[in-house]
Amino acid sequence: MLLEISDLYVYYRSYWYTLKVLNGVWLRLDRGERVGIIGESGSGKTTLLKSILRILPQNGMIPKGEIRYDGKNILKLSSSELTKIRRREIGMIFQDPMAALNPVFKIRDQLYDILKYKMMIEGHNPSSRELYEEAVKIFSDVRLPDPDRVLESYPFQLSGGMRQRVMIAMALISAGKLLLADEPTTNLDVTIQDQILKLIHRLAAQRNLSTILVSHALGMVYQMTDRVYVLYAGDIMEEARTRDLFSKPKHPYTQLLVASTPRLSSVGVGEGIKGKLPDYHNPPAGCRFAPRCPYVMDKCINTKPRKIQVNREHIVSCYLYD
Amino acid sequence: MGGTSIQEVKFIELEKKIKRENWRRIWFRFKKSKLSILGLSMILVLLFTAIFADYVAPYPSHAGLYIAFKNAYKPPSFEHILGTDMYGRDVFSRIVFGFRYAFMMIGLVLSLVVPTGVILGLIAGYYRGTFIETIIVRLSDIFISLPPLVLALSIASILEPNIFNAMMAVSLMWWPWYVKLTYSMTVSLRNEPFILAAESQGASTLHILFKELLPIQLGTILTKVTLDAGWVILIGAAISFVGLGAQPPTPDLGTMVSEYSKYLPEYWWMSLGPAAGIVLIILAFNLLGDGIRDVFAGE
Repeated sequence: MLLEISDLYVYYRSYWYTLKVLNGVWLRLDRGERVGIIGESGSGKTTLLKSILRILPQNGMIPKGEIRYDGKNILKLSSSELTKIRRREIGMIFQDPMAALNPVFKIRDQLYDILKYKMMIEGHNPSSRELYEEAVKIFSDVRLPDPDRVLESYPFQLSGGMRQRVMIAMALISAGKLLLADEPTTNLDVTIQDQILKLIHRLAAQRNLSTILVSHALGMVYQMTDRVYVLYAGDIMEEARTRDLFSKPKHPYTQLLVASTPRLSSVGVGEGIKGKLPDYHNPPAGCRFAPRCPYVMDKCINTKPRKIQVNREHIVSCYLYD
Repeated sequence: MGGTSIQEVKFIELEKKIKRENWRRIWFRFKKSKLSILGLSMILVLLFTAIFADYVAPYPSHAGLYIAFKNAYKPPSFEHILGTDMYGRDVFSRIVFGFRYAFMMIGLVLSLVVPTGVILGLIAGYYRGTFIETIIVRLSDIFISLPPLVLALSIASILEPNIFNAMMAVSLMWWPWYVKLTYSMTVSLRNEPFILAAESQGASTLHILFKELLPIQLGTILTKVTLDAGWVILIGAAISFVGLGAQPPTPDLGTMVSEYSKYLPEYWWMSLGPAAGIVLIILAFNLLGDGIRDVFAGE
């Protein structure tokens, strides 16, 4: 087991109230495994990834829960141990590569810093020549042509696809064991999306990385992952092997989510799910999906359902299966 | 490889070329405006005169205690370009030494104020929502809420009135503005994705403060610094003018204006010179500030 998150709560404090975003999330990830997290925008997917690296904004706090990475509780690590993990074990690809690159520095400066810090933690102080060679190597890994030009560019001078490749290169440098991909293709156009996902897929396989792919593009998650978690309003609704989840979804939310995906074979667009995400500062006491659920029962309103194992490796949190 | 291969040489040349090009880009942006070139050259000339005042001034000894009543009240002539004052001292020589004091004042105040304010501002912005932020921001609020000149005057009057104490007083009321500036920029940048990305790569707090957050703000800070340089002179002159700054016979421009203004309008050349000196130095820094702003505005 590489990563095991159990009963994780994340709150955001604001001046007037507290937003209770993650509500007892669990997740486990084996070495070399590829896991997907799906759910609509605002369901806490990015928050979950950020809490793994402990890069929540300052108003974010974790009142309860445990994130075990490689046997260590990330939430209790000293900052120097955490730095080590951030520099050489876990890499993260961010949603918007334009925003995730510092606009006032050339790619060269940003990439070299990351390379240098990683090598320094391994007890090696690289020369600028070594840095250059490393950079060229990693750029050819992510299929970036003309490394000299890219290194000398500012982020705004690169196209969206190139920026995302640079981001991936940076994430790969520090991803020794685990790669977190936070909607890596949302800001790209469709043809590039496919290339980028295949690239991530191939690189992760080559380097034997475990990956967590967060996305709301269900088709991609279906192709790229072994297991999937369905996150809704900060609650894990369902966990299953990817094929089982898409062919036999158990949770009403998953069923509706899968059904609302437009398909080429069907006529028109899917139904969608009526209603919207609950308010995080005053969320439903029981199941957070209850207000929108077509099968809602009285007990759903007041108490949160427990995890129910419906099949091998298929867990659902819903009273329908209790 | 063995020795320096052709590749290696090429690589080293590339590195040099990159450095050269960075400077060329900065210079290209700066020189687009003729006025900023003018400002820069004015400052260089003034700085030169200040450093080599002993050689530039026709009568270096006139800067201090020098009395020759037979030469007093002479209007501008070839011998004394800007005339002489009531003690027979050459006004032009005194102005040249006045520039030296002016640059010393600027250097002293800004080297105290800018690092203090910027570092505190960065820290306060980075640790937003903690007691560190509260302490720094409230403290600077307190200093800002006092009228600057009154504070400087009261401090200068409690302590012995001299140029050094006056500058300390000015510094004391000045640093909060740099805290405010960097704090507000840091707060808005703090949760930008690229800062989080840097954190996720394992960047240290120091790296984030000084290599991510500071460089973005550098343009704004530098522009403020150059514009403030003019203000330091002005405030220094104001304090000296009311007699709490530099004491005669120190050839400080503000002190000179205040001393010589008693002899207006008959002996107009006495106060005209130092006043023009003040205008010149403030103008030069303002023009330079505009140029620096243009350099960073392109980024």
